[in-house]
Amino acid sequence: MEKLYTRDTQAIFWNNNKTAIQRMLDYDYTIKRDTPSVAAIVAPTSGNKFEKFFWGPDEIMIPLYKSTADARKEHENTDVLLNFASFRTAYDVTMEAIEIGGFKSIMVTAEGIPERLARKMNNTARNAGVTVIGPATVGAIAPGAFKIANIGGTIENIVNSKLHRAGSCGLVTRSGGLFNELSNIIAINADGIAEGVAIGGDRFVGSVFIDNMLRMEKNPEVKYMVLLGEVGGTEEYKIIEAIKAGQITKPVIAWCIGTIAKHFSSGVQFGHAGASANADAETAAAKNKAMAEAGIYVPASFNDLPGTINEVYEKLRAEGTIQEIPEPDMNVVPKVRRSKQFICTISDDRGEECTYAGFPISSVATPDTGKGIGDVISLLWFKKQYPKWATDFIETVIKTVADHGPAVSGAHNAKVTARAGKSVVESLVTGLLTIGPRFGGAIDGAAEHFKYADDNGLTPAEFLGHMKKQGIPIPGIGHRIKSLKNPDLRVTGLMNYAAENFPSTPLLDYARTVEALTTSKKENLILNVDGTIGILMVDMWRALGYSEDEINEFIASGTLNSFFIVGRTIGFIGHVLDEKRLAMPMYRHPMDDILYDVPEAEEI
Amino acid sequence: MAQKAIREYDGKALFSKQWENYFSGFHYGFKSVLVTSGAELLAKAEEHGFEWLKQEPLVAKPDMLFGKRGKNDLVLFKDQKPGDVSLEVAAKWIDEKISHTTTLLTGQHGTLSHFIIEPFTPHSQEQEYYISATCVGEDDVLYMSAEGGMEVEEGWDEKVNEVVIPIDMDDADMEREVKANVPADIPAQDKAKFVSFAIAFFKFYRDMNFAYLEINPIVMLDNNEMAILDLVARLDDTAGFMMKETWGDIEYPTAFGMEDMTPEEKAVALADSKSGASLKLTILNPMGRVWTMVAGGGASVVYADTIADFAEANGGSIADLANYGEYSGGPTTGETKFYADTIIDLMTRHKDPKGEDKIMIIGGAIANFTDVAKTFTGIIQSFDANAEKMKEHNTKIYVRRGGPNYEKGLKDIKEAADRLGLYIEVYGPETHVTDIVRMALEK
Repeated sequence: MEKLYTRDTQAIFWNNNKTAIQRMLDYDYTIKRDTPSVAAIVAPTSGNKFEKFFWGPDEIMIPLYKSTADARKEHENTDVLLNFASFRTAYDVTMEAIEIGGFKSIMVTAEGIPERLARKMNNTARNAGVTVIGPATVGAIAPGAFKIANIGGTIENIVNSKLHRAGSCGLVTRSGGLFNELSNIIAINADGIAEGVAIGGDRFVGSVFIDNMLRMEKNPEVKYMVLLGEVGGTEEYKIIEAIKAGQITKPVIAWCIGTIAKHFSSGVQFGHAGASANADAETAAAKNKAMAEAGIYVPASFNDLPGTINEVYEKLRAEGTIQEIPEPDMNVVPKVRRSKQFICTISDDRGEECTYAGFPISSVATPDTGKGIGDVISLLWFKKQYPKWATDFIETVIKTVADHGPAVSGAHNAKVTARAGKSVVESLVTGLLTIGPRFGGAIDGAAEHFKYADDNGLTPAEFLGHMKKQGIPIPGIGHRIKSLKNPDLRVTGLMNYAAENFPSTPLLDYARTVEALTTSKKENLILNVDGTIGILMVDMWRALGYSEDEINEFIASGTLNSFFIVGRTIGFIGHVLDEKRLAMPMYRHPMDDILYDVPEAEEI
Repeated sequence: MAQKAIREYDGKALFSKQWENYFSGFHYGFKSVLVTSGAELLAKAEEHGFEWLKQEPLVAKPDMLFGKRGKNDLVLFKDQKPGDVSLEVAAKWIDEKISHTTTLLTGQHGTLSHFIIEPFTPHSQEQEYYISATCVGEDDVLYMSAEGGMEVEEGWDEKVNEVVIPIDMDDADMEREVKANVPADIPAQDKAKFVSFAIAFFKFYRDMNFAYLEINPIVMLDNNEMAILDLVARLDDTAGFMMKETWGDIEYPTAFGMEDMTPEEKAVALADSKSGASLKLTILNPMGRVWTMVAGGGASVVYADTIADFAEANGGSIADLANYGEYSGGPTTGETKFYADTIIDLMTRHKDPKGEDKIMIIGGAIANFTDVAKTFTGIIQSFDANAEKMKEHNTKIYVRRGGPNYEKGLKDIKEAADRLGLYIEVYGPETHVTDIVRMALEK
């Protein structure tokens, strides 16, 4: 891995930290990235499916997932996990991500992860070839490509510190606060940084100075490196060894902060948890001296660091190692933005012609387009172009359920209302409002229960037992007059169509075995038209590649019912228009058809 | 800091609580009490379960995190001859020790306040062993020696066997390593016993999230009876959230000889513990003339470094630096005002002996997300309240800060100081972070 991040790097952000994510997207927009640097958010306790963020003046939606595994499954190109879990859960989140695989780097922000867990986490990551940045860090940045969360601060500061495009310096620090400061110093005294990492302030951090600097050595954009170390630990000596061994050949400028510690024998903790000298070699003064002796550019004090950086930069420029860096075009993030109240993801009327899921209406409307109502439904309901066998099936369903005579309760309601002198729409909705668990609901119910039985591998007998225990008759089974010997031709039609056109019909096949059992008990316990439609819809979605979760969601959200609503609307309107045409008077139900049993109310 | 020392008594109590889970087959009586006076010890002896205090000869010693108590003559184990210390003698000895300050051989001094009292355990030198564990680099290391007590420290390299246990080593390998590296000079008949104790000790150290655990000496008596004569322990306090039940309400005392915190330091520590932000204050020299109020952990260190450098280069000394501390993580206006009030109050208590000006450094790096104007509001409120005092001490204020909303913050603080007639110089990110120290001290 020569570069930590590129302009195509996309991350999964663990924890819906809206401010930090918005900062990343503002950065992306500023540097004109094609894609947002955060592809998905893991928010285990959120019930939402996405979160809105600004993308320049516009808004985009970033999907939310309950788990890292789900997010990663849906976004296979993400190779960075930004772990913003608390110190209580950060370890578990990292370990799970390593186990899931596919992440090249994991950034851990929590401070104060138990040391033993941090060691285990860092070791597991190293063995898996995963670069861990942190814990206890503000992150890392590849200017002009990818920025983690809050590093670099505000957009104004980012531009002032030249963090919007790659410079020539590789920067590593422990402290996150001073990282910004160093970026600023390098912007003022040189041409900015090419890659920067704040490794984190805890005693045990995943990637240390040497890991990052060896990578930067191989990154051609990095021409020299700046290291800001701290009192405590011996990590800086590894840089000295790497220089001696010829593994680091680029110029290195370094300074260890905490020289103050020598003035105080003990008791005062200067700086981070990792910053405490246990031996003379770990003092800032000793490390600064050793680094200077190894040929590293070490200023006389921190206050002289800018001068040293400028000196090395000018030298490399004079040598021609560093060229002038062209300033790229940038977008400007608007200062005032308003979040939108409504979201629409299916159609768009802002252009020349309104589109259905990206298709102009004229491209699907007329017969010569070859598109039918099934295609329009697939675009507006599912935002997908379904193949012909599926759109034909949808149309078949709609035609099949369009009407079932005047006696069914919905049609009856519509007719009664029409006779009361109400309008088409008023009459229609009284009919539609009847649709529910008892009227038309068998489609939903059949899909739900048969799918449950199939998913859980229940034998037909077990399924019957299960439904009996629940006290529900099996939806989609049974007909008033039809039986195996006297089949419902609508059902036969649907089944024949599916057999000829569906790639496969696993749920229907299962339902047929259930039907074999129920009809053996009673002739008319056949798979009826509602059941067949519900079950074949599941088979259609399976064949179209939807996941079981997605199909369950279709069922739960009432999508199956929607086919019935659309189809039966045609019939209801027919009945309403029929009443208008016949000019039938107001309907009054005959009293002799009502059983009256009205005792006097008791006093309580 | 993540590693915190605990009292010997608390360490032993934890052993006792977990004994059957780790050391079954061995016995440990845990006859220890922790008291702060002779009277408390005498009262303890009347409680049920502590009859042994009256029945057995005792050993008493301070339990205040420092070692080498024997060499400091702070272990009471004999009145006339070893093993004859009675309850009354121990109580009297404790009362005598708490009546005056004590200076250790290291020069640390203070008043003794906590003592651990245990039965005197007669044993031979051969029964004493050494065992400890800690983390070195990335690995755990178990140290074992056939010689316990003071002897082990003189000749560490020859007498102690080390077992390096990487974080991912499984128990079978760990046990094999311990067995293979058990000190050769442990008597053959005790070797197996010692190995099984050492393995259990390591697991206990590991599972209890110790950062350091040492028993010196551990005494192996007859019938698998173990006596923990002296124990030093540090816990990794970041593990506290998972260990709450196991550790119980364990105390982290301040080291002996560390001057107790001043009321101001205590007040800041208390505010810190209640806040999501970070507030830290250490007073280095109350007479110092350079006072700092720096945002951010890293920046606070470079300011301290730079003040030391420039003070020395300009005829001053490290004694000029009055305090060390930081505020960060988005403190509220109220918290910032309180912090500034505290520092200004301390700064204006003593006139500078040489009649020099007081310097207040309000420094900080370029913030990642802290709103600079918001935090400066608290400082400005403190200026309003303390301006007259600050002027009496010829306070010169130097400000340097960057980050979100810094322009407004700098403008506000400059206007406030001008309005109040305070001397102030104000700089933003175009000025090097610590350059205000040079400006202040080169004058």
